[in-house]
Amino acid sequence: MHSIFDPASPEAMAVTRLWWWLFGAGLVVWLGVVAVAVRAGLSAHGAPGSDEIIHDAPGTARRVQRVIIAAVLSTAVILAAILVYSFSVGHALAQHTDQRLVIEVTGHRWWWEVRYPSADPTRIVTTANEIHVPVGVPVQVRLASDDVIHSFWAPNLNGKRDIVPGYASALWFRADTPGVYRGQCAEFCGLSHAKMAFFVIAQPRAAFDAWYAGTSRPAATPTDLLALRGESLFMHSGCALCHNIAGTTAGGQAAPDLTHVAGRRTIAAGMLDNTPQNIARWIFDPSVIKPGARMPSFHFPADEMNAVVAYLETLK
Amino acid sequence: MSALGNSTIDGGALAPEAMAQDAGALERTWSTKPGVWGWVCTVDHKVIGRRYVITAFAMFLAGGIEAALMRTQLARPENGFLGADRYNQIFTTHGTTMMFLFAVPMMTAMGLYFVPLMIGARSVAFPRLNAFGYWTYLVGIGLLYVALLTNHAPDTGWFAYVPLSETLYAPGHRVDVWAQLVTFTEIAALCAAVNIIVTVFKMRAPGMSVNRIPLFVWAQLVVAFMIVFAMPAVAAGSTLMLAADRAIHMQWFIPARGGDVLLWQHIFWFFGHPEVYIIFLPALGMVTPIVETFCRRPVVGYGAIVMANIATAFFAFGLWVHHMFATPLPELGDSLFTAASLVIAIPSAVQIFCWIATMWTGRPRLTVPMLFVLGFLFTFINGGITGVMLASVPFDRQAHDTFFVVAHLHYVLLGGGVMPLFAGLYFWFPKFTGRLLRNGLGKWHFWLFLIGVNVTFFPMHILGLDGMPRRIYTYLASTGWGPLNLLSSLGAATIAISVIIFLVNVVLSWRGGAVAGPNPWGASGLEWATASPPPPYNFAYPLIVSSAHPLWDAHAALPVATGLRTDRREVLTTTTFDARPDARHSSPRESIWPFYLALCMGVVFIGSIFRPYWVLIGTALSLAGLFGWGWQSTRPIERERIALPNGALVERT
Repeated sequence: MHSIFDPASPEAMAVTRLWWWLFGAGLVVWLGVVAVAVRAGLSAHGAPGSDEIIHDAPGTARRVQRVIIAAVLSTAVILAAILVYSFSVGHALAQHTDQRLVIEVTGHRWWWEVRYPSADPTRIVTTANEIHVPVGVPVQVRLASDDVIHSFWAPNLNGKRDIVPGYASALWFRADTPGVYRGQCAEFCGLSHAKMAFFVIAQPRAAFDAWYAGTSRPAATPTDLLALRGESLFMHSGCALCHNIAGTTAGGQAAPDLTHVAGRRTIAAGMLDNTPQNIARWIFDPSVIKPGARMPSFHFPADEMNAVVAYLETLK
Repeated sequence: MSALGNSTIDGGALAPEAMAQDAGALERTWSTKPGVWGWVCTVDHKVIGRRYVITAFAMFLAGGIEAALMRTQLARPENGFLGADRYNQIFTTHGTTMMFLFAVPMMTAMGLYFVPLMIGARSVAFPRLNAFGYWTYLVGIGLLYVALLTNHAPDTGWFAYVPLSETLYAPGHRVDVWAQLVTFTEIAALCAAVNIIVTVFKMRAPGMSVNRIPLFVWAQLVVAFMIVFAMPAVAAGSTLMLAADRAIHMQWFIPARGGDVLLWQHIFWFFGHPEVYIIFLPALGMVTPIVETFCRRPVVGYGAIVMANIATAFFAFGLWVHHMFATPLPELGDSLFTAASLVIAIPSAVQIFCWIATMWTGRPRLTVPMLFVLGFLFTFINGGITGVMLASVPFDRQAHDTFFVVAHLHYVLLGGGVMPLFAGLYFWFPKFTGRLLRNGLGKWHFWLFLIGVNVTFFPMHILGLDGMPRRIYTYLASTGWGPLNLLSSLGAATIAISVIIFLVNVVLSWRGGAVAGPNPWGASGLEWATASPPPPYNFAYPLIVSSAHPLWDAHAALPVATGLRTDRREVLTTTTFDARPDARHSSPRESIWPFYLALCMGVVFIGSIFRPYWVLIGTALSLAGLFGWGWQSTRPIERERIALPNGALVERT
């Protein structure tokens, strides 16, 4: 689910094919040179044990020189072939179509903000750490950073792009195989660089459209009492200052959007399965799970914690 | 005359009594004074070179311990051995130590010890500068390791990418420690480089024209020029720009204020890529004399190897963008750097083919140094091939910043740097100490090291392609990276055992190893024409050379020049290309000022981390030191004519 050996897009497939050619050429060269070196190192010519210094006859010197020149030329030919093949793959990957789905991904320490822009404000979707894409549609991921350099990398879909503050960058892929593909930040970004994963979920068009329609709706008001109490705690304990929940008074922009948090597979940027216990653990002390996380710990008593978790569980 | 008999040099008309008298006088003139004062003041390039080698090796051990801690942490998923903060400090210190405090100083140290011996000189060109460079390096080590032990070690990687290393994201003094440590190592490396350049240009034995310079010396010369061009880039970047950003808000690299983040990467890698070749070329330089000696023949393709060194140095400055292929740079620019990165494989291939041809047409004996040379070929070629792969932009975008690159760089640096270094240490240990390292322990060391390196780093290729990024302190079990990481950690333990065996071998052999004599291997270079270890004056009389393999080609004994004074430190300078005798030049005595000045530099740079006024105090103290240094140097410099063995006098120019 997280490997270049299992490409799910034409972009990743082209690079994987390139890799296998490079691997084959490299293996042949390595075996050849090492075999000759070991043969040369193990074979003693002339009288064994003699300390006499060998001086080449003119003929030998010329023969050896010719062999070396031939070996260097072969090296150059192999390198030239690699150069041409690599350029052609690179050139093909740089060709893009106008028909595309644009997704804006912003790297934060240490999570990913995912936004589907739209001219229609009710159709804008904001989520975190999960990128839903329809199968067979070219996707342009526009990358930005909120702080330091991050690098967006989902190996099954395409190579990585560094997100350099002050520079615009984008990455394209077309997921052809439905599936869930893991990605992780690939540029060292501080304390919890190791804990900044995301998932790309490639779905058939109908499933994607259903997800999109559901996710663009504001949150529904909870119906049971426990969740209502949880909502109240959420709004008044400080959570709403950083988190946004569309359809409520929670409008913070500093932390992941929670409008449909219960519909996500994981929490804390791919670190924990999305279960009520894990949500409670995270709220109780985020820095245990993710050192340096900006979210403070909320030591709610057990009944209040249950209420908050119950509320978050309603945000499907 | 110590262990050196008349067999290796021809004193011409010199009577044995006169030679013994000269040797006694030279011993008095050149030896280091006993006691702590003498220890601190010495300017003997061999004492300093040996000190440098031992210190750099201690740094290899320190970096190795850090690596062992990292491998312990990564041995299983979600391990709690080191936290994120400790891990980040340790991986930063590991990279910084291995690159700045082990690899480069070790290679220049081998040069500072052996270049004068190999070219038949009494000393390096600037003995006090040499001492100053060493002390500066030692102050830098003190800074980094005090910081590590007090939980203040840098934690933003050995590359210190902005903006992560700016005060907004890295408050405190950790990154300042890194920036100033780099300053110390830059100064030390530049001191070594100018010393080696002038020594090689002006102090070669009469007759050692450019086409007779030993290939290790060629490599050192080429690398010294690389240091001169590469180090100022990182000096500007870290000391002037990053430190100024942090201390006085210069905003070079802060995008919100018009600074540029990629500028730092360009500056860092403009230094950082040549740095790899600064480590690698001297290592290759060690391979040549070993292959020659144990295959009993001159190397095939002397000229080709010299040109390969120069070509590598040239192209090394045109590759730096391949560290930045994932950044938003234009595709066309990337392609140029792909081409350059592929081209640089050719000079390395030329050198490898020349050694294989030397073995093929020679009579190889599998001594421990030769085993390490074969191990170097086995391991390094793998690293070279993955380097060619990474030159391809589309593939690099997958492999960049993953464990694939960790595997690649360790294959290159351990295979292409440390394996030849071990070969060289086994080969030259008798010259350092007068004793041979033990063969049996050496073979254990070799095989465990070879197995350990491959078991540690080969699985990392697969981990990287399976999506494991670099510089992560932990990973989830669900990633499936656990088993290969465990295997890699077991490999690291094997490396640790092999290095311990090497240390045991060094201790046992230094105390009670077989006595080596001047030339235990029957090698051809001038360093083997003097006693082991060499006397303080290296050679009693300047040797006269008439081939690239003087000890093999001189059918009788090497002729010598006479006429250098024995009651004062005096060296012979020769012309740059033909090495014709040029002049007698005085060489400085021991001095406390290099040590003092290095401490003052410590006050300036370490003080600047905390309070700006320390810069002023340290500068004032440094000026006093420079005054003292200059005062001691104001003796008249002797430049007189010298006598050759045939009685001819060379007029001074």
